[in-house]
Amino acid sequence: MDKTNILLDKKRTEIIPDSFIGRNARNRLFLGVVIFFSVLTISMVFLIIGTMLFKGYHQINWAFFSQTPPNTFEAMMAKSSGNIIPGGIVNGILGSLYLVVIASLIAIPLGLLIGIYLYENSSKKYAGVIRDITDILQGVPSIVIGLIVYLWVVVNVTKGYSVLAGSVALALMMLPLIIRSTEESLKMIPDTLKEAAIALGTPYYKVILRVLIPTSFTGLMTGILLAISRILGETAPLMLTTLGNPAINWNITKPVGAVPLLIWQFYNDPNMVDLIWSSSLFLMGFVLILNLLSKWIGARRRI
Amino acid sequence: MNTDPSILSIENLSIAYDKDKLAVKNVSATIKKNAITAIMGPSGCGKTTLLRAINRMHELYPNISTEGKIKLYDENIYDMSTIKLRRKVGMVFQRPNPFPTLSIYENVIAGYKLNGINLKRSERDEIVETSLKNVALWEEVKNSLHKKGNFLSGGQQQRLCIARTLAFKPDVILLDEPTSALDPIATAKIEDLLVDLKQNYTIVLVTHNMTQAARISDNSMYMYLGELIEYDETTQIFTNPKHTSTQNYITGRFG
Amino acid sequence: MNSDKILKNILFIASLLILLISGAMVFSLVRGSMTSIHEFGWKFLFSSEWNPTKGEEEYGALLFIAGTLFTSVLALVIALPLAFSTSLFVAEYFRNTRMASIVSTLVDLLAGIPSIIYGLWGFYILRPFIVSIGLTPQGYGIFTSGLILAIMIVPYATSLSNTTIMMVSNELKEAAYSLGATRLEVIWNVILPNARSGITASYVLAFGRALGETLAVTMLIGNANIIPTGLFSTGNTMASVIANQFGEASGLQLSALIEIGLLLFVITTIINAVGKFIIKRFA
Repeated sequence: MDKTNILLDKKRTEIIPDSFIGRNARNRLFLGVVIFFSVLTISMVFLIIGTMLFKGYHQINWAFFSQTPPNTFEAMMAKSSGNIIPGGIVNGILGSLYLVVIASLIAIPLGLLIGIYLYENSSKKYAGVIRDITDILQGVPSIVIGLIVYLWVVVNVTKGYSVLAGSVALALMMLPLIIRSTEESLKMIPDTLKEAAIALGTPYYKVILRVLIPTSFTGLMTGILLAISRILGETAPLMLTTLGNPAINWNITKPVGAVPLLIWQFYNDPNMVDLIWSSSLFLMGFVLILNLLSKWIGARRRI
Repeated sequence: MNTDPSILSIENLSIAYDKDKLAVKNVSATIKKNAITAIMGPSGCGKTTLLRAINRMHELYPNISTEGKIKLYDENIYDMSTIKLRRKVGMVFQRPNPFPTLSIYENVIAGYKLNGINLKRSERDEIVETSLKNVALWEEVKNSLHKKGNFLSGGQQQRLCIARTLAFKPDVILLDEPTSALDPIATAKIEDLLVDLKQNYTIVLVTHNMTQAARISDNSMYMYLGELIEYDETTQIFTNPKHTSTQNYITGRFG
Repeated sequence: MNSDKILKNILFIASLLILLISGAMVFSLVRGSMTSIHEFGWKFLFSSEWNPTKGEEEYGALLFIAGTLFTSVLALVIALPLAFSTSLFVAEYFRNTRMASIVSTLVDLLAGIPSIIYGLWGFYILRPFIVSIGLTPQGYGIFTSGLILAIMIVPYATSLSNTTIMMVSNELKEAAYSLGATRLEVIWNVILPNARSGITASYVLAFGRALGETLAVTMLIGNANIIPTGLFSTGNTMASVIANQFGEASGLQLSALIEIGLLLFVITTIINAVGKFIIKRFA
């Protein structure tokens, strides 16, 4: 090492504070903080699911899936004699399925059509407006959707709380999710595929029906399942539109029970507390399975 | 080989990815001070990994393991903190990468800012001016120092990146194919600049371009499949290579 | 007309429907609020009087607006370190590892848990805990609801942040590393400035989510019609008062509730528009 370089080195350490030990410590500390908060965040999933499992599993039995809920007196008697609460939530399960099916029948076709429209006209200014409105619709709080559908359907169409009103509310919540996921999955199809079909003289509508939709099928399914999983647990809009029903109902103009509505009802009745947890466990299990299923399908897609 | 004092000595350096994939195999070499040393070889020969190993940038790759030593003067760089090491050994990358959120001025002194070093205004101004003059960019940008550098051409951006490295007054500058993204005119400017810079700095240059190595380097290494095949004065390598593999490469028979 | 034309027309009409639906939504909210707007005018926004007793009816939204903003801001503040840390965990420190994909799946699951279940968990687990450590006597209030809301919005705050953090070019990070920066300094000086707009937008959108959350807050805030006086005070939010009083409301009270719905719609739309604007403007 020659002398000039030693001098240069000295000069260098003078202008640079010898703080890098502190900097390395800070660097490691920050990683620690990041890991701590990340673990804290994901531990919430386990805490919440754990609570449901721990408090809810003993109410899960055949009656839970096949009977309607007990009245508050029956529940009180069962509790005071140390038994589990009799009855179940079959009216809610069937009601939730009913609502989701009708909502899907409204939202899926409409969402697909609008999604395809946006994909086909992606550069048009008008499409940009539709896209913005879709985003705004997605941000509307569910309780406000409930209010609006109350004014539309409950007041004017079915003249009372009904399956139809609840389904329309859920459909309005699904719609923006399906529109955007449709557009996104169509966008992932390589242009060459579409061009190949057009080059063969295929009519436009056949390109859409035979090429675009089949190729993006897994993507579309992912979006639909995710949208259903998002609305399955919605409670607030249903309180304003379907109200709930202690019995099974298939009349579309009449109120219907739904699992989240039952949870709300059990929550407000001190004798039914034990049913809260099993109903929540069931609801969440269902939502999470749909959620993971959509992720799994999404991960397996080839395009 | 000439007898100038050496600044870096690489001793039995081996670098593996994923435990068993050797990218650099038992390389030993000393690098001369105030000279340009070029590292050549076909793609995947480990030249970039070797270069990055000199300021430990290769450690940013996942699952890397390193054996052997590199001594900067007499200190093993693997015993130094990377903060201290990278202050002495700067790096310029393939594609110009000035920080888009910073002005030209801030880009030049980015090293100080990143390292939390507060300078006086006058010191800062001086460092910025000297560094930009060193890379012959001063005249072109002196009126737009506080603008973002996105209007600069690729060659100007690359010179800005060199200025950013020079501002930190390193001993060694590592360049990883610094002209591969530039046009011939910009390339010629950078090459002239490097030749000027070797008065004050030691330069190690990875290049894909043999004529570039021949034009500006004093010494050249030829690597193949992770091994250092031949290391000599550049004129020797190009006129009288000792290994057939080197000869094949420089005559364009493969690579 | 051939099939192609027909299909094109169907697609276009479907897109018109979305315009029609959103127009009708605004129209219905405004029309439903008319009775209240005529009765109270602008005073509705600045009054914190809420008295449904027949004959003495008097309605104002201020206390609900205050409660909504207070809980949502608190939620955002609490969510910030949680969301930012998980973003860095997934998109930077453990990027592309198995661990990152597990963490991001779990965070996505947080978004899938229904609001009412958060409410139940908050009511039966968090609230007693808050009582037991002596923060408030009943465990209800701004703090408890803010805490639950924070967990609920974390997934919304992370999803867009993750994408933008991942998009910061590796070359810039390497430039900073080569100048001797530590990882923390790279995060602070390179990743944050370059991913700033995406990260900001994701927190704005998460805030928009918090504003409209209903049941979890309803179950925890205490539903007291007062302007919150502090972190541990009780209060009420716009969404909660609708959920609580809608069932029994009619006439002027119903119209006032609908006007609160309209206000909530306007506020969330503005917040979401700001979020989208940030994304578009700086993307």
